[in-house]
Amino acid sequence: MEGQNYKQLLSRFQSLIALVILCIVISLLSDKFLTATNAWNVMRQISVNVCISVGMTMVILAGGIDLSVGSVLALCGAIAAGLLKDGIELPSANLFIGFTILGVTVVALLAGSLIGSFNGFVITRFNVPPFVATLAMLTIARGLTMLWTKGFPISNFGENFTWIGTGWFIGIPVPVWISGIIVLIAVVITNRTRLGRYIYAIGGNESAATLSGINVKKIKLTVYAIAGGLAGAGGLLVTSRLDAAQPNAGLGYELDSIAAVVIGGTSLTGGRGSIGGTVLGAVIIGVLNNGLVLLNVSPFWQQVVKGAVILAAVIIDKAKSKN
Amino acid sequence: MLVTENISKSFSGVAALQDVCLELHPGKVNAIIGENGAGKSTLMKILSGVYTEYDGKIIFNNKQVRFQNTREAREAGITIIHQELKLVPDLTIAENIFLGREITNRFGLLDRDAMIEQTTALLGRLKLNADPSAKVSSLKVGQQQVVEIAKALLHDASVIIMDEPTSAISESEVAVLFGIIDKLRSEGKTIVYISHKLDELFRIADRYIVLRDGRTIESGDRQGMTVDNLVQKMVGREIRTVRRSKEKVSNEVLLSVEEYLTLHRGEVLGIFGLMGAGRTELLEEIFGLNKSALQISVEGKPVKINSPIDAIEAGLALVPEDRKKDGLVLNADVRTNLCLTTLVDLQTFGFLDESKETALASRYIDGLKIKASSQGQITENLSGGNQQKIVLAKWLATKPKVLLLDEPTRGIDIHAKNEIYKLILQLAEEGLGIIMVSSELPEILAVSDRIVVMAEGKITAEFSAGEATESKILKHAIPK
Repeated sequence: MEGQNYKQLLSRFQSLIALVILCIVISLLSDKFLTATNAWNVMRQISVNVCISVGMTMVILAGGIDLSVGSVLALCGAIAAGLLKDGIELPSANLFIGFTILGVTVVALLAGSLIGSFNGFVITRFNVPPFVATLAMLTIARGLTMLWTKGFPISNFGENFTWIGTGWFIGIPVPVWISGIIVLIAVVITNRTRLGRYIYAIGGNESAATLSGINVKKIKLTVYAIAGGLAGAGGLLVTSRLDAAQPNAGLGYELDSIAAVVIGGTSLTGGRGSIGGTVLGAVIIGVLNNGLVLLNVSPFWQQVVKGAVILAAVIIDKAKSKN
Repeated sequence: MLVTENISKSFSGVAALQDVCLELHPGKVNAIIGENGAGKSTLMKILSGVYTEYDGKIIFNNKQVRFQNTREAREAGITIIHQELKLVPDLTIAENIFLGREITNRFGLLDRDAMIEQTTALLGRLKLNADPSAKVSSLKVGQQQVVEIAKALLHDASVIIMDEPTSAISESEVAVLFGIIDKLRSEGKTIVYISHKLDELFRIADRYIVLRDGRTIESGDRQGMTVDNLVQKMVGREIRTVRRSKEKVSNEVLLSVEEYLTLHRGEVLGIFGLMGAGRTELLEEIFGLNKSALQISVEGKPVKINSPIDAIEAGLALVPEDRKKDGLVLNADVRTNLCLTTLVDLQTFGFLDESKETALASRYIDGLKIKASSQGQITENLSGGNQQKIVLAKWLATKPKVLLLDEPTRGIDIHAKNEIYKLILQLAEEGLGIIMVSSELPEILAVSDRIVVMAEGKITAEFSAGEATESKILKHAIPK
């Protein structure tokens, strides 16, 4: 029995253990790794991924997937940037609407949620597989981003706006505050609310959830809206950090975020996993990236290593669920 | 001859088979009979190499064998034809028959002509008049079964196991199937025929083996046996529960569906039908799962039911036929499953209240005697009977007026069955209206106040508990 508990403990904290080992190895190889500056650096870098991965976790827990988050991030960032810079001009009505930073924040979040809701609508109303529906949105949102920006970056917003992505507040970087608060809210939602419970139930057995009187379509729509909204938040963070909205921002972010979810131990078939695990997954990816850079590993090898880590995580998880 | 010696098998601690000994004779139809959950299917899965972990010995043609997978069993000459056919619907008959052992020409390409030729010969032998190039999806279930048999013959099977082969086919198809079985028997094949339908046994079987609660009760020549005799051995117990006096059923109509179905307060209405009779579909339509234009009234007031949400609102609850597929979130724990239907009431300031959840769960775990190590135990690891109680409990928690039960005792042990019967009667006593769909006649007869028979999607007869008998009910259940 003792051995059993020990094993259970080990498997429960396997990601955490992996992270600790990873940190020890890197700190032995590089003396720049274990410094406060570098730690905040890593945290700031992963904050965007944490942001969208929280949404991705909810979607995957409910048995779906969202491939469009990277493009939605770019589109929302670009819309916010354009409105902040130029506002809306309607010459025919002799009208000009300017936007404050708060204004564009609301717009970016709303735009993301709307696009997410659209994903959810297509998936629930027409029974389109989530993979296909969000793959289509990946292309659509990217195209819209190109149309909006005409293919050029929108930049130079001033210090007030770049504070969101680069500033500090009470000794902690602002993006870390933002992603931290998002994580906190998501943990409460998934653990302590009906919505959260229904997400797990739908991912665990959609048919049983439907029969139990759960409004499955509504929950799914909500989950995709949340994922879209968080992609919008990610768009704001990226735009602010770079002081520019790039038309090709967020390329491949959906994959990083799925990687974080999977490494964090959430089952891709839904119903099993946690937000906490995903955060850990994102930290592992962040530390890995950071370590490989510090060790001067070529960016090409970095991708190979990242892929190998994802594979290893899934294989370990499969072996675990078989027991 | 195929012999098993002291075969035992258990699933997560629950014994499915205990010391099963039997002899299956070549050139004979060996019928294995027993109620649902008696262990028939488990035994056959062991014989055909699906389950490889078991205690005991299998001796085939005087040699001990232990199959590691279905392929080894098939190569030895043992083939099983499953209740749910394992054909690929979008492939042709010939492609299905040769699946996994395709004939290729010297370039390594598929030799379609040769395969079609052999298929034609096989189908001719089994008297199936069908085009080898036709897709399997275009065939009727009975014809698909013949294709499965053809596949077995191609594998040169000497033992053919048929698991409930008549559960989904019409009477005329049954006649065709029995013709084929006759022919195979005369060719010296060992036919193992699994069924719980005794009338079929008397038409086709040479030998019988009775399984009950995972044990072999008796075996021998069918000649000289009577139906009563066998029923006694299969059931081995009186499930006649204490019948309630008729007066307990009130005259108040609780639920009415169109003109043809009414349910009174405190009444248990049994719906009997063979597989494919449309019983499950009827319940699902009432519960709003399928698009429906049914006129439904609850307590005399017409209600519109377009989804399970509406149905629950109207005071209905459905315990589905397949608890694993539709009833439970298997990877979630007992408490989560028990609370799933009533989370709205288990909140404080908009957040789930764990103490309320725990209270509800322990109330039903105690009330229904659910055996779980804790509220946090994963439901997947519970026995079928306890899983079924959880499904029932989560619906009782919604305080329904009408309880729809679809095969409520399928695949659970006898002790749990009796507990469920007792619970059904007790709930009726408390004033619920209960509709119980079942394909087990003894259970329908034991629990129902009134019995409705269905065939081919229609209601064909109605009996009061007093006038119903097995033969009367069966007569109306068989499709014309």
